[in-house]
Amino acid sequence: MIQELKILFHQGKQYIPDVTTVEVPGIFRGRPVISTKPTDTVALCAICPTKAIQANPAVSIDMGRCLFCGECADLFPDKIRFSKDYKLASNSLEGLIVREGTDQPLFIDPAKIRGEITRLFNGSLKLRQVSAAGDNSCEWEMGAAGNVNFDMGRFGIEFVASPRHADGIVITGPISQNMAEPLQICYDATPSPKIIILAGVDAISGGIFEGSPALNRTFLNKYKIDLYIPGNPVHPLSFINGVLGLIRAGKKKQIRLV
Amino acid sequence: MMKSIEIKNNQPVVLDDIPALAYPDFLEYNLKLVTDPGSHCVNYFGQPVNGRIRLICCIASDTNGTIHVNTSMVDKSDKLPSLTRHHFSFHIFEREIHESFGLEFTDHPWLKPVRYPWYRTDQSQKIENYPFYHIESEELHEVGVGPIHAGIIEPGHFRFICNGEQILHLEIQLGFQHRGIEKLMVERKDLLSRTILAESIAGDTVVGHTSAFSNLWESLCGFIPSPDLIHARTLALEWERIAIHTGDLSAIATDIAYQLGSSVFGRLRTPIINAFQIWGGNRLAKGLIRPFRNRFPFSPNLRDTFNKILDAYYPDYTEMFDRMIDLPSILSRLEKTGVVTREQSLQTGTVGIAARSANLERDIRKSHPCLGYNDISHSPLLMPQGDVYARTRIRDSEIRQSIGYARTLMENMPRHSTGNQAIIQPASNSFIVSLVEGWRGEICHAAITDNDGELILYKIKDPSMHNWTALALAVRNNEISDFPICNKSFNLSYCGFDL
Repeated sequence: MIQELKILFHQGKQYIPDVTTVEVPGIFRGRPVISTKPTDTVALCAICPTKAIQANPAVSIDMGRCLFCGECADLFPDKIRFSKDYKLASNSLEGLIVREGTDQPLFIDPAKIRGEITRLFNGSLKLRQVSAAGDNSCEWEMGAAGNVNFDMGRFGIEFVASPRHADGIVITGPISQNMAEPLQICYDATPSPKIIILAGVDAISGGIFEGSPALNRTFLNKYKIDLYIPGNPVHPLSFINGVLGLIRAGKKKQIRLV
Repeated sequence: MMKSIEIKNNQPVVLDDIPALAYPDFLEYNLKLVTDPGSHCVNYFGQPVNGRIRLICCIASDTNGTIHVNTSMVDKSDKLPSLTRHHFSFHIFEREIHESFGLEFTDHPWLKPVRYPWYRTDQSQKIENYPFYHIESEELHEVGVGPIHAGIIEPGHFRFICNGEQILHLEIQLGFQHRGIEKLMVERKDLLSRTILAESIAGDTVVGHTSAFSNLWESLCGFIPSPDLIHARTLALEWERIAIHTGDLSAIATDIAYQLGSSVFGRLRTPIINAFQIWGGNRLAKGLIRPFRNRFPFSPNLRDTFNKILDAYYPDYTEMFDRMIDLPSILSRLEKTGVVTREQSLQTGTVGIAARSANLERDIRKSHPCLGYNDISHSPLLMPQGDVYARTRIRDSEIRQSIGYARTLMENMPRHSTGNQAIIQPASNSFIVSLVEGWRGEICHAAITDNDGELILYKIKDPSMHNWTALALAVRNNEISDFPICNKSFNLSYCGFDL
């Protein structure tokens, strides 16, 4: 017992006190900032394997397609810079597009959030994660969101074992043909009202797998998607802040932390 | 006549120089090779050639450090005797060949579909109602689990046949994660797309698979990597091993309801993977490994940061592990649970930590070294028991060993080279095998180019391809409630298998 207490003591404080403002270490590639400097836009757009970069003629990057590889910023450092902003979620695909000359955080539009989400889920949200051909990186980070460092459970947000216990599903991966039916069954087994969150570039757009004949993404045409959280993989802080933004957007009171 | 060509890891060979044997010779010779316990099949697959199938078999000799390669041209309508009949380790490869091309292996025990790819020959086979093994009995019951599991985990279907609480047989059906990566590797022509595809083979082995791809591609192009590039890749491989092994210890603790271990190992993993983010901008090292270039040079500042991270990690880690492995209540859950014997490991072709936990030395770092492993005289760590305990202990020993390697590598940092070679084209009409020891075990990538040096075939083998069978054997005669701990002790990849 003494040994256990010693171990506990040696851990110190591991939780991140404020997950909404903490700075991430190192050279994290978060929300890109695009300058207005003129550049060879044809060459710039050609770099991107998922065509996330568009120029018509103003340059924009679609966070739903971005692999966060950062190769564009390596080659065009005057034009594109990846900031350390990990708040990357939006509740519309349009909201995922970062345009040149603006350095504004992505935005969860309160007007587009269904009333029942704010009313029912703001203090407790149980989620069922469905890996639909995910590469186990987003899945990893979803797991990390609940560990003692990120401690998502403090906000009442948790992953549960059964869809029957869930208020919604979180899809990772580009959705393979072979997972299309299990995904549908899982969604149908979740009681209403329920939400759908797409986590990671693969889920949002198919990512690097877009166009593969092994995919079947028809599920996404049938339902309203409540939240898109970009990333490759999604950083735990992106996930927690995104979900908090969705369930607590309508709340007047500040989020109480810890 | 030569029955096979012996090549080294990452040594390209002209396709026509590989001996093409008649199938009976091919079967006999490859079987003769694998009867030596120091040899095992690293990959065996088919290549469509003008309506026929060229079978390509790669048997690694762990003692000579070479890979024996030979081929045999067969027709899709051929009915062939199987290698599996004589050596079980071929079973998964022959099943895959059958699924992709329809070749019949007449005495294969069961040519059950592997991953239900979109290009499978028999489209009437559906994953929704896959065929499974069944035992008629009033005493027995079946337990079906998945494809979606209770937790944040990838999908796969497990079907147990149980006698009460005891598992008689476990059947594992995968394929739910199939994304068509091998085909996409050929279709996508730009190097960046291919590199990112390699990063996405298994998100928990980004460094392992991307290094296998990068080593392969560079060797195919005749590119000589600079010392700093070799150094960075080797360090990243060992760092990935420390990170994932630590996370695995957390998962093992979770599954035996040891809360303290679960939390402490979970939080100890955080600074290790955050170090990847400090180095290359991503916690799972996506973006770090690139063919032809050392994208994020490992600076002296990084060395100091990494050393500080290890300084803080090590005492907390050893204190926790030494305590956990000393508790009788922990040991009673780990010891003699999920045993795979050395004999079984040999038969099934088990690799990596699973093999080494059963006293079977399979470690590419020693047998077929690439990168910096040519300079580290690596001695693989072995455990004799083959149970969950051994697979837990080996992770601990390897964490300590890898920390030692990482420290040594950081002491001897080569200077960053600035000389960029122009991008070179891959050799034409060539065949190449690239082996890397990832944290899980042996990763094998193989490629073939055409007359113009264009990629026409890319084959990926995650160690999970061999090791899922070992898990199915491990749980036999165990209680079904011990399945999760057995599963975690292997921690195999679903997407790495499904591709």
